[in-house]
Amino acid sequence: MSLMHVSSPHVHKPGSSVEQVMKQVLLATIPGVLVLTWFFGPGTIINIVFGSALALAFEAWALWLRAKDYKMPLRDHSVIVTATLLCIALPPYAPWWLIAVGIGVSVLLGKHVFGGLGYNPFNPAMVGYVVLLVSFPLQMSSWTEPRGIGEVPGIVDAFTALFAASSYDAVTAATPLDLFRQNSGMLFDDLMQSKAELTGPIAGLGWDWVNLAFLAGGIWLLRQRIFTWHAPVGMLAALTICAALGYDDGSSTGGGSVLFHLFSGATMFGAFFIITDPVSSAVSNKGRLIFGAMVGILVYLIRVHGNYPDAVAFGVLLLNFAAPLIDQYTQPTVYGTKKVEADE
Amino acid sequence: MRQIFDIHGGIHPPERKDMSNPGWVRDCDMPSKLILPVTQHVGSPARPVVEVGDIVLGGQMIAEAQGPVSVPVHAPSSGTVTAIEARAVPHASGLTDTCIEISLDGRDEWVGFEGLDNWRDETKAALLERVRLAGIAGLGGAGFPTAIKLASDRDGGIHTLIINGTECEPYITADDTVMQCFAQQIVEGAEILSHMVGAETVLLAVEDNKPEAVDAMRQAAEALEMAEVVTFPTKYPSGGEKQLIEILLNAQVPSGGIPADIGVLCQNPSTAIAVRDALIDGKPVTHRITTVTGRSLKDPGNRRVMLGTPIKELLDTAGFNADSADRVIHGGPMMGFAVTDLDMPVVKITNCVLAPTRTEIPPPQPQQACIRCGMCAEACPASLLPQQLYWYARAKDQEQLERHNLMDCIECGACAYVCPSHIPLVQYYRSAKGSLRETAKEKVRSDNSRSRFEARQERLEREAAEREAMRAARKAAAEARAQAGDDPVQAAIERAKAKKAQQEAEQ
Repeated sequence: MSLMHVSSPHVHKPGSSVEQVMKQVLLATIPGVLVLTWFFGPGTIINIVFGSALALAFEAWALWLRAKDYKMPLRDHSVIVTATLLCIALPPYAPWWLIAVGIGVSVLLGKHVFGGLGYNPFNPAMVGYVVLLVSFPLQMSSWTEPRGIGEVPGIVDAFTALFAASSYDAVTAATPLDLFRQNSGMLFDDLMQSKAELTGPIAGLGWDWVNLAFLAGGIWLLRQRIFTWHAPVGMLAALTICAALGYDDGSSTGGGSVLFHLFSGATMFGAFFIITDPVSSAVSNKGRLIFGAMVGILVYLIRVHGNYPDAVAFGVLLLNFAAPLIDQYTQPTVYGTKKVEADE
Repeated sequence: MRQIFDIHGGIHPPERKDMSNPGWVRDCDMPSKLILPVTQHVGSPARPVVEVGDIVLGGQMIAEAQGPVSVPVHAPSSGTVTAIEARAVPHASGLTDTCIEISLDGRDEWVGFEGLDNWRDETKAALLERVRLAGIAGLGGAGFPTAIKLASDRDGGIHTLIINGTECEPYITADDTVMQCFAQQIVEGAEILSHMVGAETVLLAVEDNKPEAVDAMRQAAEALEMAEVVTFPTKYPSGGEKQLIEILLNAQVPSGGIPADIGVLCQNPSTAIAVRDALIDGKPVTHRITTVTGRSLKDPGNRRVMLGTPIKELLDTAGFNADSADRVIHGGPMMGFAVTDLDMPVVKITNCVLAPTRTEIPPPQPQQACIRCGMCAEACPASLLPQQLYWYARAKDQEQLERHNLMDCIECGACAYVCPSHIPLVQYYRSAKGSLRETAKEKVRSDNSRSRFEARQERLEREAAEREAMRAARKAAAEARAQAGDDPVQAAIERAKAKKAQQEAEQ
């Protein structure tokens, strides 16, 4: 026998690997994706499949350019998570080039220019999303009308949309956040009653279910200890407090109700799948609480006072800038360094 | 029931303690030779007092303590000294060290011992000297000279003695076995220790995964009024000295300090027995209970082993299958180090020799990029941010390493255990700690040279100033004389003139 000279610890937690973490994140998106499919048709799933394939290709290319070993990074599923998160955020039935640009930006500019997995200061999916949102506002706001299975476009339509020369001309509809943003003359409750898209039980047809589904997936991830509660709770609590403070019984210029904010747009998706990206967020639990809360505040401010209907992507990217600063001031108290009270 | 407290983090690795059948201890077969390193403790090496060819008896001192932080080494059986030379010794860095090799004669003849009839009558200094001469160094695995630990007297003294029978490392059952088999001796040792340091409370701490040990200790503790057996939930690394103190007393040892700073003394059960044996029987440390375990052994278990027994011989007595193992670990799987040479001996700190199969403990997986998931920070018992320390260690950013309290890392390995990227974090920290220590030493050296340089500079300036002052003083004196009319030059000229005038007059 030859004696292996390895350093302690000699044992490792069974099943703990990057691949496993990424797999669990992917699994946790399933409820949300299914609900999106129920209300909007197979567009999201096709986005994800197409986007993931492209992402793997971009990742392989980037690794080849950087002369890196490509086997392990391609197997760790991290680029598929990036692609999935971006594709969930894209409108279903987006044209192929929109997805390609988004994935390319995410993988190349969001991740590999900084050194690949673990080195990116910004959330790659959100980098891709924001580039698309700023560059192609028309395509990025073309969400179809939420209807329910049977009334949504079929698989064939979805593929046609993906490769159509012009953009897909199915019935597109403004999302509740769009309507809320554009509203200037109606009381909040009247607005909620006025359009079919808004008559869901909480925050608009389909969207509340989408949010509930991502919430469920997120809670499962929390129970799997993939992340701690701090960032999501920080964001949701801050958003709740802001919405509660800004709510004026539903005037036409008010901020919208707490439930409307919690269950609209990308709130739950953002809280559990975007701001929990560990690489680009703050490191300590206290830091993550602050990180989440700041995103929550920004989301509210941009939704109510900004030019964009939703704001998770902007909020997250702005806070990615701030993460190192937050880290600087939120170092946890290390064992034995507590101030002794008797000294006072 | 005493209230217990929780520590931050911690992990629950598979325990695999049943494999070594705790509660039973057998003598290891007598080896053919013993290899006794002169350094089996933390501190300066002992100095050999025997020469090659000398006949030694069991219990005879073969190397004496050198300096205050040092303990002697005793022969565990009778035989002939056949070599004194550098050999591979158990050390994380695979170092060699001076070892005394004894070929055993098999007769196992011993020197006589003289114990104390009444240790209570002795002074603390006399008791400490006996502990030191018995060669006792922390038998739990740390190996710090026990006499030094007992002597460290801080303000306020010691109020609580903790006998640390936690044994949170997977696989190891040596302390468990000692507690089950020798509970009475442990309590006697604890009584002596508490007398020596003046502790009022003795806590016998056992993790709740050792119910037999708890029972045995409870029974034995009835003999000592101030003693109390405390159990707490099984979690790694509850047995770390600092962690255990937090669990039992809800107090923290200050960063960079020792338990005595907050009036606490921790001792391993075997160390307590060694102290008892040293004082009551006069016997030095020559044997220890070691867990020999792992699936590469047919007959794992706890053995009473002579110090100096080559690990190879110990493994062979347990039915070692060398083909199924690709590493042998000295200590436990969390904090132990890989043995680089099977001729390495069992020493005072060898609480376990682990020979796992390749499937039992597979080779390490390739390291992946850190994704800063923070699982390490959740597992760290010292509330450090291991992911940040890793970045700073790689960047060699000493300022940030210090700011993030690298030196408070106890190297328990919980972070690396949970790391999904399989990063050998502890290895990075050990190396970074080494550099920090080196820098600190360097700083002391450069501070010394600077102060020496400054002192020299100051002296040179002072001397120059003194010379200048003297010159000035002479000048002033000369000027003063000139003014007073007794200018020496003028006087000389006068004298010469007078002389010349006289000569002319004579002619």
